[in-house]
Amino acid sequence: MSTLEIKNLQVAVSTDEGMKQILRGVDLTIKSGETHAIMGPNGSGKSTLAYSIAGHPKYTVTGGSVLLDGVDVLEMRVDERAKAGLFLAMQYPVEVPGVSVSNFLRTAATAIRGEAPKVRTWVGEVKEAMASLNMDPAFAERNVNEGFSGGEKKRHEILQMELLKPKIAILDETDSGLDVDALRIVSEGVNRVKESHDIGIMLITHYTRILRYIKPDFVHVFAAGRIVEEGGAELADKLEEKGYAEYVTA
Amino acid sequence: MSLNSNLLESHTPTSREELWRFTPLAKLRGLHDLDVSLSSRVSLGAGVEHSGLSISIVDAADAPSNSETNDLVSMRVRELSTKVLKVEVDKNCEIAVPIFLTRTVESLDPEVSRTVIHLGANSRATIVVENTGSITLAEEIIITLDAGSTLNFVSLQEWENDAVHLGHHHAIIGKDASFISTVITLGGSLVRLLPTVEYAGPGSSAELSGIYFATSGQHMEHRIHVDHNLPHAKSRVNYKGALSGDKARTVWFGDVFIHANAEGTDTYEVNRNLLLSDGARADSVPNLEIETGEIVGAGHASTTGRFDDEQLFYLESRGIPANIARQLVIRGFFLEIVAKLGLPEIEERIMLRIEDELEKASA
Repeated sequence: MSTLEIKNLQVAVSTDEGMKQILRGVDLTIKSGETHAIMGPNGSGKSTLAYSIAGHPKYTVTGGSVLLDGVDVLEMRVDERAKAGLFLAMQYPVEVPGVSVSNFLRTAATAIRGEAPKVRTWVGEVKEAMASLNMDPAFAERNVNEGFSGGEKKRHEILQMELLKPKIAILDETDSGLDVDALRIVSEGVNRVKESHDIGIMLITHYTRILRYIKPDFVHVFAAGRIVEEGGAELADKLEEKGYAEYVTA
Repeated sequence: MSLNSNLLESHTPTSREELWRFTPLAKLRGLHDLDVSLSSRVSLGAGVEHSGLSISIVDAADAPSNSETNDLVSMRVRELSTKVLKVEVDKNCEIAVPIFLTRTVESLDPEVSRTVIHLGANSRATIVVENTGSITLAEEIIITLDAGSTLNFVSLQEWENDAVHLGHHHAIIGKDASFISTVITLGGSLVRLLPTVEYAGPGSSAELSGIYFATSGQHMEHRIHVDHNLPHAKSRVNYKGALSGDKARTVWFGDVFIHANAEGTDTYEVNRNLLLSDGARADSVPNLEIETGEIVGAGHASTTGRFDDEQLFYLESRGIPANIARQLVIRGFFLEIVAKLGLPEIEERIMLRIEDELEKASA
């Protein structure tokens, strides 16, 4: 049982015009097995929340705390956060030329697990995970994210989540750029990993479409750098109908 | 300025001359200096025997130059070499095993060495020049490819850190012949190489690739010159370099000339440099001169930059520590070229040396 506690988190980013405050006091607690949908208009700070928790150097935490099972995440290096059990599926996964998917996955698994996975079981593990995401085995020999389609990039993110088995996963607009079939495959992957490893999930999305496939336990509406309304899955239905207008103009 | 015009008079170059302004002449131990005497020695040797392959040492008079040069040091090599290593592959002969030409090293006294390589019509071979140890060397390798032949030419500079190496590799590529050259420079105090190409018939192609990795105090200079002197020839140039440490220095020139008669030319050149620390300097100068518009394509690209922070963040966010993430990215950067060698044991050796250099650089 793990708990990610975000308390009064305030984050700024440096711009040409100086430091700009993006997150203005975010409070959120995610436990193992729970799925929290973070929904909000563009520019409300959803991705900033995701990247700040993962430790992207672009963002400066100006206040508040993030604790994973009581341990201060903000004091950790980026790789230490991943080892502690955090995972960020990115909206725009980065290309790494010359580094094959298989080499990347094995290096990451070695780092997270603290020892190199045994070759025989590892190959089977990767094959099985790839098959369940409808990925061609030849994919493993391609360079990380290089020339991948939008759907391939997102599948590759979920493949990593499956193999690295985090405690808490943050999915940043995993649904963006996916057609219906790809969305279904990726969503099934998320559900499968969540159930088999009892992962807590923060699902960041702009649209309600993905919530037909991944059922949220909680929905949080994000606007102007903080959570402005919370509820159950029914809140998503309301957003579907009425949009974000009332939160933005408020 | 074309390769075939404005030939220079022999003289001692100075740093005021365009071709020498980046080179620290004081480190050359007199290789360039007409007042310093250089000994002549055939320092490359081969231990391979194969039907259709002959390797011999001949008098300089029996291996006359079949090309012109503007390189003052090459002129000295031609003038002073008394014996020449001659490698010949018979026409229609395919040599499946790589031919290793291995440098023997005796001292740091400045010396010259000359090699000529000739592939007969429709022959195929792989030649690997292995340079290790400590030396002060000026050399020229002239490669003549007859019609329809293919040469995979690999030049490995795995020198010790006190070696000084000035080299000119010139290829004359016949009709429908292919010259595939890979230059790997990972060692030496000063290495200055001139891979140059001219064409002797249509349908000919040159693929010139290279990698270099300079650490503290090393100077690595590569000046590529492709002379599209006749129609319907192709060239591709791809060099990648990394630099780490104070006063690590690289210079890359890519001169491609498309003469007025060279219709149907297809050329592209690219140089990428990765600066891994402060205090290192990379110069990258692609230069394309086009005298005819009747070509298939001509382009160039050059980038010199620091590590991509987004790549690092992506790898680190998967638990990979920063130093290992850096190694992965640098390996990948070079692997694009090294993996094409088709020589697994050499690939392995090069990648290990790169990792070794990386470790030393980050220590």
